[in-house]
Amino acid sequence: MTTRTATPTDNTVLYGHAAVLATPNLDTDQIMPKQFLRGIDKSGLAPGLLYDLRFDSAGQPRPDFVLNQPAYAAVDVLIAGSNYGCGSSREHAVWGMQQYGFKAVVASSFGEIFYSNALNNRLLLAMVPEAEVQAFMHEAAQLSGPLALEIDVQQRLVRSAQHQAGFTLSDRHQRMFLQGLDVIGASLSYAEQINAFAARHWAAQPWLKDVAQVTRERLSALTPR
Amino acid sequence: MTHPSLPGQTLYQKLVASHTVAALDEQNVLLFCDLHLMNEYTSPQAFAGLHEAGRGVPVPGQNVAVVSHIIPTHPVRHRIIQDPPSALQASNLKANCDRHHIPLFDTNDPLQGIEHVVAPEHGMVRPGMVIICGDSHTTTYGALGALGFGIGTSEVEHVLATQTLVYRMAKDMRIRVDGRLPLGTTAKDLILMVISRIGAQGARGYAVEFCGSAISALSVEARFTLCNMAVEAGARGALIAPDDKAVDYVLARAPDIAGDLRDRALAHWATLHSDANAVFEVEHRLDASEVAPFVTWGTSPDQAMAINATVPQPASMLDAVQRSSAEQALRYTALGAGQALQGVPVQHVFIGSCTNARIEDLREVVKVVGTRHVAPGVRAMVVPGSGAVKAQAEAEGIAGILQAAGFEWRQPGCSMCLAMNDDVLAPGQRCASTTNRNFEGRQGRGAITHLMSPAMAAAAAVTGYITDVRTLETLHA
Repeated sequence: MTTRTATPTDNTVLYGHAAVLATPNLDTDQIMPKQFLRGIDKSGLAPGLLYDLRFDSAGQPRPDFVLNQPAYAAVDVLIAGSNYGCGSSREHAVWGMQQYGFKAVVASSFGEIFYSNALNNRLLLAMVPEAEVQAFMHEAAQLSGPLALEIDVQQRLVRSAQHQAGFTLSDRHQRMFLQGLDVIGASLSYAEQINAFAARHWAAQPWLKDVAQVTRERLSALTPR
Repeated sequence: MTHPSLPGQTLYQKLVASHTVAALDEQNVLLFCDLHLMNEYTSPQAFAGLHEAGRGVPVPGQNVAVVSHIIPTHPVRHRIIQDPPSALQASNLKANCDRHHIPLFDTNDPLQGIEHVVAPEHGMVRPGMVIICGDSHTTTYGALGALGFGIGTSEVEHVLATQTLVYRMAKDMRIRVDGRLPLGTTAKDLILMVISRIGAQGARGYAVEFCGSAISALSVEARFTLCNMAVEAGARGALIAPDDKAVDYVLARAPDIAGDLRDRALAHWATLHSDANAVFEVEHRLDASEVAPFVTWGTSPDQAMAINATVPQPASMLDAVQRSSAEQALRYTALGAGQALQGVPVQHVFIGSCTNARIEDLREVVKVVGTRHVAPGVRAMVVPGSGAVKAQAEAEGIAGILQAAGFEWRQPGCSMCLAMNDDVLAPGQRCASTTNRNFEGRQGRGAITHLMSPAMAAAAAVTGYITDVRTLETLHA
């Protein structure tokens, strides 16, 4: 177990307790199944997280699944197999993980869209080499409860009692995580450049301007609605 | 001007460069987006965020929305969404589109369909575009030389507000496929073979350009199938340099590109190819003659095999993770190591999805069905990709043949590809499916999905089991 006991007031270091889900290519359909995607807001997704893994067909918790074991009731970090979050673009997978209580996922790789979605929501993804993931998984397997982890976002380091591994996180994503940037606001500060770009772009390729609207209007004129 | 000693640009690099508003840092650019497609389930929270922040949609004419995922496909003329939350998603989409003047294909629009079928069939997808959508299968548009990729809801909000994305650049991969696809095989078999060879992570982080004589020989619709499933290998984009076929496809559907504009467009599109001296970080080469009808045996799209092969032996896999993953997949699909897929009974056949629900796919199905009938005990559904596809299939007599053969001829939508509407399989049901994902529970909890081509799915429908379409007498013969 980690010897550090103090909890800092900022989020440069996350102190977490991790469960292991070793399955590679765990897709977002499994992380947040279809029946939970029917809302128009982000709420109410925690019950759907990993639903088929957590619950049997009668809706009863599967006692053998790690997150259902009492010792793992308060985990907030997942150590996952490679390509975690592949498949569907549904951001509900990220919202659901956060609503369940997860703050970070440690894996050797992630689905590309899931990766952007997670960082856009400040769900920390610590990408460490597969051998290091295996070492953390091995260490976790020796315990009867969660593995205590310290994730230093500033230093880009994951530490347990026995291991330490550097993780990949771009400067931009690090800043987004630490400072919670308003990405849209930042992009809107480029409004003049965007407008100038669009004017040039459409002057060179006029067939791209309002392409959806032009098409819709043409079809509506042809087809009685 | 390119210096002769410098490497040339890949098509992918040209598309990114021609849409870069500003370089944000070494990895990220602010990327202008020409077309943004939306659906009812990944956009509501984006609109809500936009409204909360008091922001608008500055260029609504580059955006379009389609009700596609939750829509019921029962064969009724006027569709009513019975499920209250789903009905709210549809009405909410209409309200958001009305508020921001965004073009919409609504529930009962005769042209409604799957977003990735609707957009290109009406000429909205044009070579050289950047196209994004809150749906991972947006890679489809690479078939026309447009860079398409899926985004999440936070990014949907970003595009609505700015018509741009903060875009992390991908690496370049090229997959060259030369030779001829054997009789009885299709682009679906080819892409399943590619994914099974390079793996579900084989193209993660890459934009993949497909080239070679086998790719040139594919129809545009077959190229949609190919590019659509590149994301199942983890690709961040798929591209095929536009050729005459692609240009003809677009011009036939985009009457606004005429006269002088047409000449300018043709001149621009002719530049959309990788330079001869462009460098790809990874290159794969495949021989099309090695393609056979492919079928998945597991729960990841890379767990696929030729129909005449046998299910792999997990025990012989050296990699422990791969081995346990294969063991778990076989437990789920209730198949044994070393067994053949040929002859495995199916209870359901699903022909549809953004991968394989276009008119050419349905023509392939009819060629196999001929005068045969759906086997006893099999429920076979055909869900055309759009209202336009449906109308054309009805005009060509395809719908009549399929209905006479015992297939259900349904209304368009995403349907049982992801089973978000009421088209859901029961536990333990085994389905021959022309879709793109065989994930656990994707088509219904405990349901087993075998991905395959439309012709193979038709063969399964008429025999009642997974069968090599090449062994059936078809109109090809």
